[in-house]
Amino acid sequence: MTHVLAAKLAAAGPVIPNFGGGGAHSCVRRNGFFCWDWFRSHWSDTFQPALLDHIKLTAIAIGIGFAISFAAALLAYRFVRFETPFSIFSGILYTIPSAALFQLLVPITGLTTTTVEIALISYTLLILFRNTVVGLRGVSDEVREAARGMGFTRAQTLLRVELPLAAPAILAGVQIAAVTVISLATIGAFIVDEGLGGPIFRAITTDFNTEFVAAAVLTTLLAVVVYALIAGAQRVLTPWARREMAR
Amino acid sequence: MGQEGDGAMKTFGDAITFIGHNLSFLLDKTGQQLELSGAAIGVSLVIAIPIGLWLGHIHRGAWFAISVSNVGRALPSLGVIAIGLAIFGLGFVNVLVALVVLALPPLLTNAYVAIDGVDREVVEAARGMGMSPLQILLRVELPLGLPLLFAGIRTAAVYVVATATIASLAGGEGLGDIIFNQASYRLPGVVAAAIWVSALALAVEGAFALLQRLVTPAGLRHRVPGIGPAGKPVDIG
Repeated sequence: MTHVLAAKLAAAGPVIPNFGGGGAHSCVRRNGFFCWDWFRSHWSDTFQPALLDHIKLTAIAIGIGFAISFAAALLAYRFVRFETPFSIFSGILYTIPSAALFQLLVPITGLTTTTVEIALISYTLLILFRNTVVGLRGVSDEVREAARGMGFTRAQTLLRVELPLAAPAILAGVQIAAVTVISLATIGAFIVDEGLGGPIFRAITTDFNTEFVAAAVLTTLLAVVVYALIAGAQRVLTPWARREMAR
Repeated sequence: MGQEGDGAMKTFGDAITFIGHNLSFLLDKTGQQLELSGAAIGVSLVIAIPIGLWLGHIHRGAWFAISVSNVGRALPSLGVIAIGLAIFGLGFVNVLVALVVLALPPLLTNAYVAIDGVDREVVEAARGMGMSPLQILLRVELPLGLPLLFAGIRTAAVYVVATATIASLAGGEGLGDIIFNQASYRLPGVVAAAIWVSALALAVEGAFALLQRLVTPAGLRHRVPGIGPAGKPVDIG
């Protein structure tokens, strides 16, 4: 049906500006599904910076989100009463559609990167909190007893026994949170033109296929690569988890 | 609180006024959004549930069922909608296909895990009682797996209703028409729609949580997960 759209566009007049890029002209003018030449000639001025911004947005959100959730999880691990309130709080944040949460923050923090980051962070909380708590709770009482028997203090037990054993679950949480943030950060570009959502929003208004297909594919690739990298880190950092699975 | 804070309070106040003045318009848009979401969930249920149940019943395809959910998670919703736009053009079809693609993974994986995880001894007992495979699936495995199956439906439903908001960028109709059109509705209107759509998502979540409780056999009630993405909290990497 692409050609129908192209025909519609051709009839509507020159909606697509001349983007240049050598042999790309005919493909761009036809508004083909993906014009490789156009993509290549705009890699360094559009896609590469957007990709780097996207990674930065994601890294900040995961970093701060992790710090908050980790502290909350440790608190909930020690004081069980704290778990339900934080679960409900982060659950509500998680349920609010991203497009709405970004806009709800605009009156308070304006059209800024802060707005985008606050929303992105709020989506990581539930996943990171829940996985950390579940990971810590999963440590068996015998192991904890043994640590105490060896003369470990509570802090030592946490740092040297419980957290390492909870690491696979925590990393799995980071994995899911990272992929979620990568996806939602594209929507944040509606607030601030930053990251791979920028080309998507720009192209949706002009109907220029290559630009949004490229950005969409790059976002997906980024998510897949990050997912695989964290899975790899999980294997390297917690070899015992793999052995357990093999059993 | 400085001038900026006052400005924010005023915007939220105006947003509430907007809701009061435009109730029927908002309800109209809500109807459109729910229609689109309902269609998408319906189509995904028809595709995902039989496959998931069947794979779970024969205990095969674990790799497939889990991978689908992992890949699904990596798919950026706006990206799927954008690529759909390039293939199908602006409109209902593109949006419906995109939402179905996004809803399939949690449904399929949960249906699989729900049935696959049913206690094998219970299934053996049923077989010993002379039940046919279909009877085992429908009368033993399905009731026992229902809470987890429903958890998947709930995750998918909330996800679809939320994503349908973005779908208005690609020609789907709904509350996104207001949220993404500040030029027409001004900031109070946009904020009003954002409040409205948040309430809608929470209502859908709540309704499905209740439904999930109702379909859960009394003996399994304590296992029903709380608010948020249901199912196993720890991902199988």
